[in-house]
Amino acid sequence: MSKQKNKIAGLQKRKAVSGYLFISPFIIGFLVFMVKPLFESFYMSFCEVNLAAGNVTKALNGITNYYFAFRVDPEYNRLLWEEMSRMMVYSLAIIVFSFFVALILNQKFKGRALVRAIFFLPVILSSGVIVGLESNNQLMDTLAQTIEQSTSGISVTAALESILRTAGVGVRAYEKVFEVIDNIYDVALASGIQIIIFLSGLQTISSSMYEAADIEGCTKWESLWKITFPMISSLFLVNWIYTVVDFCMRSDNSVIEKIQKVMIDQQQYGNASAMSWIYFLLVLAFVGITSFFISKRVYYYD
Amino acid sequence: MTNMENSAGYKKLTFWERNKLSGGYLLQKVITERAVSVIRFILLFGMCFLILQPIFNKISVSFMTEKDLYNPIVVSIPEHFTTGNYRLAAELMNYRQAVLNSIFVSLTIAALQIAVCTLVGYGFARFEFPLKKFWFAMVILVILIPPQTIASSLHLHFRYFDVLGLFKLITGDSINLRGSKLPYYLMSAGCMGLKNGLYIYMIRQYFRNIPGDLEEAAYVDGCGTLKTFIRIMLPQATPIITSCFLFSFVWQWTDGFYSRMFLGNTKLVSTALSRIVDSLGAYIQRINGVKTTISVAYSNCILATGTLMIIVPLIVLYLFAQRSFVESISSTGIKM
Repeated sequence: MSKQKNKIAGLQKRKAVSGYLFISPFIIGFLVFMVKPLFESFYMSFCEVNLAAGNVTKALNGITNYYFAFRVDPEYNRLLWEEMSRMMVYSLAIIVFSFFVALILNQKFKGRALVRAIFFLPVILSSGVIVGLESNNQLMDTLAQTIEQSTSGISVTAALESILRTAGVGVRAYEKVFEVIDNIYDVALASGIQIIIFLSGLQTISSSMYEAADIEGCTKWESLWKITFPMISSLFLVNWIYTVVDFCMRSDNSVIEKIQKVMIDQQQYGNASAMSWIYFLLVLAFVGITSFFISKRVYYYD
Repeated sequence: MTNMENSAGYKKLTFWERNKLSGGYLLQKVITERAVSVIRFILLFGMCFLILQPIFNKISVSFMTEKDLYNPIVVSIPEHFTTGNYRLAAELMNYRQAVLNSIFVSLTIAALQIAVCTLVGYGFARFEFPLKKFWFAMVILVILIPPQTIASSLHLHFRYFDVLGLFKLITGDSINLRGSKLPYYLMSAGCMGLKNGLYIYMIRQYFRNIPGDLEEAAYVDGCGTLKTFIRIMLPQATPIITSCFLFSFVWQWTDGFYSRMFLGNTKLVSTALSRIVDSLGAYIQRINGVKTTISVAYSNCILATGTLMIIVPLIVLYLFAQRSFVESISSTGIKM
């Protein structure tokens, strides 16, 4: 009996060892290229870093760098605030948009594969450097301006906006919504993966549920909220995290641009580290808090 | 028998008669269906156009001469057709060399990253070991940490690279790895490259969904862990590995951050593209001999041409491998 137990323990041990062997590249890489630089940059954010004569000298100077980032640097506060609010609005818009598109793409119609392929195209084409170039394309801006002029400045959103503005309620909220609608192109570009994830979730819901609801007299609208929504609610969490993370790593992110400018052009490593730590902690806190609230509402079927 | 006759007779009824029999329900249903499909078509057409239009726009702009750019009548079809933009952009980006370099770097990096990530993903999916939850949380953390956070110290890390002070002991100085490709390959081997946490996550999900019977049978027959992995599990995971490889290739191809940081000396298409406007300025200055400002329109035209030249290989790749790009994500069955 005890021998057999030993044997099982031995097998488990062997499996544990081989498990560790399998993930050892990650552990090594994590320790060498993540933990060490992370601590170093954390340390550097409390230091005055000098790169004189090819030598790095670090002198502890307390929270001066943080003080610099918040109180001295003219841009950082504003950029940080703008970027965070942009992230909130756009992530929400991306989630809603991709859920909506996934709902449409889940229906059966001709050319579905083609449409799906087109929606996924941005994942490939607007990544990395291309995003940054796309966003400050002045030629497109001038084109848009000429179009606007030639149609004597009447666009649907502008007309709607002016109507809603006269109502005078919640102007700021409208403004955000219209900002998103005006930039629907950005939203569509950023939601390729989310659409596919939602689609795969929608396809796992068994049709018998909808049939049962239909027989019981449920309208489509009700079954959307009572069946579809809870069934793929866990994917909302996944997509939310993915969207936020994707958003804060985009290369046209102004905070990141600012950090890189401080680090590479001005060679102020200490300040750059402090700024990036502030940004990272804020994003982490944001992701943590929001996903905590979402995960409370997630419904697990099995 | 009567039933059969009934149904045969039913078929001969016209639409309106059937409609009458159903009390107007049939007409209503058909109209709703048609309306839904028309609205859906308009919506989808609009959104697809939204995504594709910039590409079409770039194509038409890239064939225009500078004269056409200022001509308000010319919108999408160039009046003076030219391929000169392509030649200029190719020269500015050093296109052939850059593409060859990019293909080499992206292929090797993607292969290395996916090989390592598959190992790690398999380890997380199939083995029980102490602290597994902790290490997996670290994978999630790697996904969450923006690489820019650690950029500054990585910068210095590789500037004065050393392993436990060994090199300093032997040669008396640390090695400057800045500008060489080695750091990035090292990082890729350690799963710390571009979006590697995501690949680990996806591959793990896929492996978790493969039933373990075959694996157990292999163990019973005396197959070792590594052999089981290579002979039994790996062939089953080809779809996800292919698609992760494609993602890795594509994202590496367009990546600006890591390329600028570690591969600054290697001419790649992504870094060449982000510098194309500056090199256009330098080029014109070289020809004219005087410093001139380039017009916004023309520099944007060259930029559009360069962007097109970069994404054409990707579009070709996507046309051929569309299925494995899209279906892979569905097949992982991502759940938390």
